[in-house]
Order: sequence, then C-alpha cells, then structure tokens
Amino acid sequence: MSTVRVLVGTRKGAFVLTSDTGRENWQIRGPFFAGWEIYHLKGSPVDPNRLYASQTSGWFGQVIQRSNDGGDTWEAAGNKFVYEGTPGTHQWYDGTQHPWEFKRVWKLEPSLTDLDVVYAGVEDAALFQSSDGAQTWQELPALRDVKGNLWSPGAGGMCLHTIIQDPGNPQRLFTAISAAGAFRTDDGGQSWQAITAGLKSNFELADSDAEVGHCVHSMAMHPSHPGTLFMQKHWDVMRTDDAGELWYEVSGNLPSDFGFAIAVHSHEPGTVYVVPIKSDSEHFPPDGMLRVYRSRAGGNEWEALTKGLPQNNCYVNVLRSAMAVDSLDPCGVYFGTTGGQVYVSADAGDSWSAIVHDLPAVLSVEVQCLP
Amino acid sequence: MPTVIRVLIPVPLQALTRTGREVEVRVESPASVEMVLDALEAEYPMLRGTLRDQVSKQRRPFIRFFACGEDLSLEPATNPLPDDVVSGREPLWVVGAMAGG
Repeated sequence: MSTVRVLVGTRKGAFVLTSDTGRENWQIRGPFFAGWEIYHLKGSPVDPNRLYASQTSGWFGQVIQRSNDGGDTWEAAGNKFVYEGTPGTHQWYDGTQHPWEFKRVWKLEPSLTDLDVVYAGVEDAALFQSSDGAQTWQELPALRDVKGNLWSPGAGGMCLHTIIQDPGNPQRLFTAISAAGAFRTDDGGQSWQAITAGLKSNFELADSDAEVGHCVHSMAMHPSHPGTLFMQKHWDVMRTDDAGELWYEVSGNLPSDFGFAIAVHSHEPGTVYVVPIKSDSEHFPPDGMLRVYRSRAGGNEWEALTKGLPQNNCYVNVLRSAMAVDSLDPCGVYFGTTGGQVYVSADAGDSWSAIVHDLPAVLSVEVQCLP
Repeated sequence: MPTVIRVLIPVPLQALTRTGREVEVRVESPASVEMVLDALEAEYPMLRGTLRDQVSKQRRPFIRFFACGEDLSLEPATNPLPDDVVSGREPLWVVGAMAGG
C-alpha cells in the first residue's frame, strides 16, 4: 500500500509522520537527534529512502545526517563547510562590514536527477554542493560575487533558505537569501545573476528597488511551469513568469502580505498557498485566526481556508520551510507551526486536521509519497 | 610511548559517537589537549567540527576542557596534560558550557 511520509524538523529534534494515502491515521516516530535543532530534512527524488538532515546546535555546531533506509538508521556525513578563497565581508545590521562566518545549514536540497548530488544553503549565505552524497562539500562561490558585500542579515540571520532546481534544465538553479534577494544560475552555479527586478522594499532599503538587499522569505515553483515562480517576500507576495526577469505583485486581497511560507498545488500550477502573518513585529496570524489562503488564479484573488484550523486565540507562526504539498490526488497540503502543530489537508486545503499538537516549534516540513 | 587518556564527552554528543560518557584514546607522550582532540576525531570522525573548528582548530565558544578541577580551556592546547590525566587516574572532561536561562 502506498505511504505518505512527512519529515518534520523542529527546534528539538526530527519527527517522521507516516500514513496511508487516506491521510487520516498517522504514526509518529521520533524524536530523532533529540535536543538538537533540525533546520531541514529532505529525501532524494531519485531514491526516497535517501534522506538528509541538517542537525545544528549553538554548542556543537553543524552536523549533517544521512539515512539510506528512509530514516530507520542514520549516519553522520560530512560537515566541513569552508568558503572558497577569502570570504570577505558583508553588510552588518548597523551598515558596517562584517566578516563572512559559517553558522549553520538551513536547507538541504537533493538533486532531482543524481542520487549523490545534494545542495546546501547555509548561513552566512552561500550555496554548497556535494557530489558524493554529503560526504564532502564545495562552495559555488560565484553566487557571493553578486554584490555579496551589500547583503545583510535578516532578523533570522543571513541565510540561504531556498534552493529550487529546474526539472527541465538541471543546470538552472534558483536560490533565495534573507536579506539579499533571489538569484539564478543557468550553468550549474558557475555564474549567477540577481533576479530582483520588480521587487519593491520600501520600508527596508534606501533604494527600494535595488538589485540586492531584498528580504525574500521563500519561493515555490510548479515543476511543469519552471519559469513561473511565486515568492513570499518580507512584505508582498510576488510572481514571475519569466524565471525571475521581472516580478509583479499578486498580494491582492490578502489580509496581510507579510508571511514566510508559500507552496504550489502539485497538480494545478496556478493554485498557490500562503499563510498571512500580521507583521514583522507580531509574528502571528491576523486577529488570532490561523488561516491558509489559497489562490486558484495564480495570485491576486485569495480565499481563506479555515475549516479545522483554530479561529480564535491562535498566535503561532508558520516558518518559511514549514509548508509542503504531496503528489496525491487530491493534493495534500501540510504545514507546521511554532506551537508544535502539524496540520494536514487531504483535500487541497478545503479542510484541515492536526496530525500532532505538541511537538517542539516546527522549522521545516517536507512530504514524500512512497509506492 | 603511547598513553591512554580517559575522555568524558558531553551527553549530547554520545548520540553521535554511540558510546557512553567515557571513551579512551591513545596518544603519544607528552599528551596535550590538542593531541587528545586529534585522536578523538580520528577515532570518532562524527565529532569533527563539534568541539573545534575544522580549519582553524579553535575551540568552539561553548566547549570547555577541565581536568583535575582545573579549567584548561584558555591555556594553549599544546600544553602537557596533568600527570593524573596521563596516568589515567583522572579523565579529561570535555564540557558543553552551561548557558541560557
């Protein structure tokens, strides 16, 4: 029988939630790596039993874990992340220059085509690649050549948190960094360009439409339309239809255009999900109502999805990597909260239920569908 | 002549090493913190980067080294270890510093 496996990273360990395709009855395993921050777990599209996890700690630094059996057993992999050359400096909070320093891995993105290739997005922001299943890592340093001296940390740190590979062209990668912006390579990371035209950061940048410095919170793409990307920026939900050459705003009737997570329906390239958050100073849903918003029009026209979600006294956040979709029909949508709930909708967002209520704060959610 | 050093590792790292609290490493004399860490990382590669930077070899800020009631953390890592550690009467403590509220 087919199985759905949800990989959940939290502030205090990892959890694996499994169900049959009905997505009603769930088994919970974990915590794995108890006590450690698990920024991200993800499985390889080539072999779903190859999992990677970013395990990190303020005391003990960065550990990368790898499983070859779907999470039953794990082995520590390579954790030596060394910037190429002299990394130089970037902009600090006070506008001075600050040395580049590795802190942690925010994102692990296995290649769509090669089992042993995996990308790591790190803080301070850079992109690393492994070609041996995470045993060794090499930076793709040209990314930092795109005015890296002008990048600055967002409130969560200067993190590379989004890595999207174009399924039609594995040499094309999109990345996003807080607070530097969005970037694209068409040659496997040898050269990069900022893809920020159309972004406006009126309250964050002296030059509101500067090439770099925008606080991009996350991006999502449907694999059948790789030129169309959706972005949740610090403020504004944005869309591009030409691989980032020009963005336009699609916030429309959202109650707040601030937020972190964004996802695209697995079968409808124009159906997009966001979780509006009141503001950057109040990291909780507007009016204490946890609402996912869905646009079936590719943006601008949004509907609130509330059935099964708390509609009063709810003050959790949904972080940038904490929403995902499965490939079943109807499409399943999942998200985790800083209050430790993981919600599932097995009907594309029409109704929701909590798989678990009381995990540590959820940092990331990924979904796998297994035969 | 090789010396066996008893090392107590922080509890959160035991899940990585899959050992108990105390492990033993063999180092040449005169043994130092640096030599113990080299041996520890050779025996348990999963500890690389968790106690000190992999390039600079600088101790991570919240990692401390104690032996015989003394804090060795701020001494040069190449200093000889106390006799009681070398003889095996006392372990070298690797400690995750208490921090937070």
